Amino acid sequence: MKLGKVIGNVVCTQKVDSFQGIKLLLLQPLNEKLEEIGEPVVACDTVQAGLNDIVFYEGGREAALGLKNWFNPSDLTIMGIVDQVNIGE
Amino acid sequence: MILGKVIGNVVSTIKLPIFQGYKILLVQPINDKEEPQGKTVLALDTVQAGVGDNVLVIDEGNSSRLIMNNPMAPVRTMIVGIVDLVKTTEKKDKENGR
Repeated sequence: MKLGKVIGNVVCTQKVDSFQGIKLLLLQPLNEKLEEIGEPVVACDTVQAGLNDIVFYEGGREAALGLKNWFNPSDLTIMGIVDQVNIGE
Repeated sequence: MILGKVIGNVVSTIKLPIFQGYKILLVQPINDKEEPQGKTVLALDTVQAGVGDNVLVIDEGNSSRLIMNNPMAPVRTMIVGIVDLVKTTEKKDKENGR
């Protein structure tokens, strides 16, 4: 799982049937210090995340398993909203 | 499996129900000399590891689902052990001054 920040949403009318009713959000990947790394990506939402929320997400087959209907072509899925990141030492 | 060091934890209230009751820790992958290597990842904890611990991390979906005993769990990265000691031949040579 990785950290990311919701920076926008993606509206899409024509999409694969298995994506019906699923929110698509624009995510900026973050590192452990919550600094931006890499390019923004689009992810499916399962936890009703909103703009500026820090979230954690998973890619690959696990992304598909995160949605209610497991047989879908999701590549990235948001799994939870982060309240706090504590870094020790 | 990879070696990693726990560098922090992540608090989350709203998450998929399958994550309920599991700690989520920030893990920095390390090499055999315990030097940081690559990007940090978030891992589910099954062994009550803490910050500063060197841990054994699975980064593979099927193994994680097996551990969670749920063939549909959307989980890939998991901490499955706390490392006490890593012995490499290279390290031994260095200790002996060779």
